[in-house]
Formats: sequence, structure tokens, C-alpha cells
Amino acid sequence: MIEGFAAALPANAWNWVAVWRRNYLAWKKVALVSLLGNLADPMIYLFGLGTGLGIMVGRVDGASYIAFLAAGMVAVSAMTASTLETLYAAFARMHSQRTWEAMLYTHVTLGDIVLGELAWAATKAFMAGTAITIVTATLGYAAWPSVLYALPIIALTGCVFASLAMIVTALSPSYDYFVFYQTLVLTPMLFLSGAVFPLNQLPGAFQQIARCMPLSHAIDLIRPVMLDRPISGIALHVGVLGLYALLPFFLSMALLRRRLMR
Amino acid sequence: MSQDQKHQVLKRKLGPEDLRRFETPAIERESHGQTSAKSSVPDSLSTVAVDFAGVTKSYGNKIVVDELSFSVASGECFGLLGPNGAGKSTIARMLLGMTCPDAGTITVLGVPVPARARLARRGIGVVPQFDNLDQEFTVRENLLVFGRYFGMSTRQSEAVIPSLLEFARLERKADARVSELSGGMKRCLTMARALINDPQLIVMDEPTTGLDPHARHLIWERLRALLARGKTIILTTHFMEEAERLCDRLCVLEKGRNIAEGGPQALIDEHIGCQVMEIYGGDPHELLSLVKPHSQRIEVSGETLYCYAPDPDQVRTQLQGRAGLRLLLRPANLEDVFLRLTGREMEE
Repeated sequence: MIEGFAAALPANAWNWVAVWRRNYLAWKKVALVSLLGNLADPMIYLFGLGTGLGIMVGRVDGASYIAFLAAGMVAVSAMTASTLETLYAAFARMHSQRTWEAMLYTHVTLGDIVLGELAWAATKAFMAGTAITIVTATLGYAAWPSVLYALPIIALTGCVFASLAMIVTALSPSYDYFVFYQTLVLTPMLFLSGAVFPLNQLPGAFQQIARCMPLSHAIDLIRPVMLDRPISGIALHVGVLGLYALLPFFLSMALLRRRLMR
Repeated sequence: MSQDQKHQVLKRKLGPEDLRRFETPAIERESHGQTSAKSSVPDSLSTVAVDFAGVTKSYGNKIVVDELSFSVASGECFGLLGPNGAGKSTIARMLLGMTCPDAGTITVLGVPVPARARLARRGIGVVPQFDNLDQEFTVRENLLVFGRYFGMSTRQSEAVIPSLLEFARLERKADARVSELSGGMKRCLTMARALINDPQLIVMDEPTTGLDPHARHLIWERLRALLARGKTIILTTHFMEEAERLCDRLCVLEKGRNIAEGGPQALIDEHIGCQVMEIYGGDPHELLSLVKPHSQRIEVSGETLYCYAPDPDQVRTQLQGRAGLRLLLRPANLEDVFLRLTGREMEE
């Protein structure tokens, strides 16, 4: 059993690149449409909520509401982009298109495939998050050049949510089940992680829950760099995000192995 | 043994009917068609490419592969013949290390599988039952991307792509999207894709299922071209005709068990050994008593009577004068063997 699991692990440090490149080639053919699709949603939220609610809310934690919201939307866009890629697109490649099956005939292992898919989903998250960061920085809602520190955190956030979504992909019998994860996990997380309002507005118990959510750690890192403020507890935030990226990776590998290689 | 010597040896072993087959324009048939069926494993090809020993696999309470043993020599075309659900695809998956057997040992190209399956796969090409090409990519891109999974650089893949396109007869379609190709073309591309790593062994899972007759013949012809290049092929199929045409040896599977193994003609000779007369157009049960004394064996399937008769003329005489009957005398084939072995509606 353990031997079988070891054989399914990534074969080496670079095999996954072939999987990533396959997805990149497919994406290149529809790049513009894909980018616009990934950008539209968070932009609408940012300007819709930012300007609309901003009038009523005034300043939050010493920043304009739209600048406060921008950091949340950057993290949320990374979360959404990598989640959707791993849930729908990767599931299609595993299930209906049988792309993974073809890969498994080759020198690529299941671990290489999963790693390549996670890296690709994180890449899409990085592109979406970076695009919004650039827009907000250009409009003056984020501080330059400290905003650049947000980029690696966006990539890490992408890894985290790709990794988590891979568990759902591994367990779902069909596309219909993804909606449970989206509505019962991601949507509550959006409101419990300080993306749209400060966490200290919440009752104590909810604040405790929020500290366990990966999104809140991502936002705790992204918001200070976008607003050019000192960050506290960098190691803790990065550590939590790292665990959220790593543990689900191994769990999803084990689940996928059970599903595909039984 | 050279090809010519082998040719001579085979000719000596064959009867007149086999020789006629031999002379047919079927491409590169000399060493790989039914003609070599009578020898079990050709002497010159003694290296074992694949070996299954006592392999068992079950899912829950259902035994899919049951104490299966067979071995395949390098350079031969070995068939796994059986109906849907006989365990063919599971065997193919185990051979690739994509699923672990519950018991038994598997050796592929000298390497234990699944323990070192990744190493074994370096020398294996796979043509799957279900099309899993990248539909949105062009023909060339499909080959390029697949080469990367074997660690081939773009330059290395580009060096072999022209010959693969030629093999697949897709030179003019190199930049066409896969979604624009016909079913036969897609299957040819899948075969070309399986060759990108220059494998010694090619596993073909139901390669002609769902194809029209024209495409099926094209695939058969390409498959023979691979055998002529010295490739070893494992072919799973439920088409008896396909197995009879292509395989040097085959194993007949029923519920995951190996119920017979040998060359197609040898199996036909061993299990049937005479011509078959199909009788239809009357009440088969009434006819049965008439022809029974003159038949080695009789089988009723639906409204047709299959009469295995050493002397068909006697059967014909018995049935003379009966109106509305249609008789068809034909050589026995693998389907007869299969029906005999699996025992459907049979009467000895």
C-alpha cells in the first residue's frame, strides 16, 4: 500500500512541467477570453461594492473602503481562479476528456499530474490576482512599490486553493457536487476572512474560526503590503498557508490514487 | 533465422489453403499472420516481452481476473480475446502498472510491474479503447505534448514527428485540429502518438471498436506494418475476425480466466476440426434430429442450426427435398471456437 503510494508520488522535481505546459498551450488558444472572464467578476465587486458601499462606510482602518476592499478582492480573485480551474477544468481532464489517463501511459506519475495541475491553477490565480493588483495600483488604491510583495503571496494563495479544490475534485462523482464546496465552504470563507469588512467587527467565536481559514491569512499578508503598512506575524501566516498547500496535496494524491488506480 | 528462412519453414508447415492466404497481397504478413499460427512461439523470438503468472484481481466480491497466466514473446502479436466484461481492459491496466494485482507476478520487458512500472512504460506505447487525444490541439501539437510526457525536448519530438505523421498517413493534416479528423484518422493519430517514445511493446485496447470497415482495414494494415518493424503487440479485442487475422497467438478469456491459448488456426483445428454448415429457414429443433447422426456436434443459436460435420454432403443429402431451407457451408472460425468453449446453447 505504502509502496504503491510512493510510486504515485512525483517522479522528480521537473516532470510536472510537461503537464503545466500542456495546460498553458491549451490556455494560450483562448487567453484573452479567459483573462477577461477571470478579471470581470472581482472588478465588478471591487468597484460595485467599493464605490457604492464606500460612500456609506467611509474610512475603514484608516484607509478608504475601496482601498481596504482591493486587498480582499485580490486574494478572493486568486482563490476563485485556482478553485474554478481545479474543480471544473482539471476535473474534465481527469474525467470526461481522459487527458490524465493518456498521461499515465507515459513517464509521468499521478503525483506529477497533480503537481502540474496545481502549479497551473496557481499560475492562473497569479495572473488574475496580479491583473487586479496592477489595476488598483494604477488607480492609486494600492501603494507602490510595496504592492510588489503581494505577488508571491498571490501565487501561494493560488496553490492553497488549488490544493484544497483538488480534494473536492478527487471525491466528486460529477460536476454537480462542486456547488456544495463553493456555497458551503468558499462563500462563508469570503465573509469570515476580512475580505469585505474588518474581522474585528465579528463576534469573538467567529474571529477564532476566521483564524483557521487560509483566506484570512492570505489577506493579512496582502492588505498591509498593498496599503504600505507593517505586517505582523509573517512566519505564522506563511506557515499556515504552506500547510494548507502541502497537506491537501498529499491527501488529494491518496484520494486520486484510490479513484484512478484501483 | 532470417525472414527468408522463416518464410520457407512456414511454407513447409502450411496446407494449400494457408498458402493461398500466404500469397494474398496482405502486407508484411510473412512472419506474423495466421500463417505462423501452428508454431506456438517462433523459435527465433524466444525473448519474453510480457509474462503474467497466476495474476488475480478482484473488485469487491467480483473476481475480474482469475489466476491468469500467459506470456508473450518479443515480436509477436498476442491477442486477448473475450466478450465485454471478460477482464481485457483490467489486464491491460495491470500491464501498465495502472492498477495492482491482488496476487501473482507481472513482468514487462524484463521489469517487475507495478513495482517498476514507470521504467517499463518507457518501452511501452498505448492505444486506448477510448479516444483521449487533446481535441483542441492540432495533430502536431498532440504529438509534441505527448513527447514531453516522456521527457523529450521540442527538438527531439520534432525530429520524429514527420515519420510519425507519415506512419499515420496524416502528413497533410499536421496542422488540423483533432476535432476536425474522422474516427479512423483519430485512431491512426493515437497509434502514431503511441510510437513517439519508440516503444518495443504496443498495447492496443480494442483498437477498431466503433470504426467503420474502411478505417478498420486501415488500422489492421498499420498494425501489420508495426509487426514488420519487429514491434511486439498485445491486442485486446472482442472481434473474432480481427484476432484471427492479426494474432500469432491468442488467449481466449472468459470471466477473467484463460480458457484456451494458441495460434488461431491451431485453436480452430483443435476445437472444431471440420467445416461448419449453417442451416436456417426451418424449425431448428425438428432439423436437429435429422442431421444429428451425421454431425460431430450441433449447436442451435436462435433460428440457426450450426452443424459441425466431417462430411457435409451427408447432411446435404438428409435435407434434400425440404423446401425453404438455406444452407451455408463455411470453414470454421474463431467464433465457433469461442462459442464451443464458452458453451452457449450447445449440444454435443
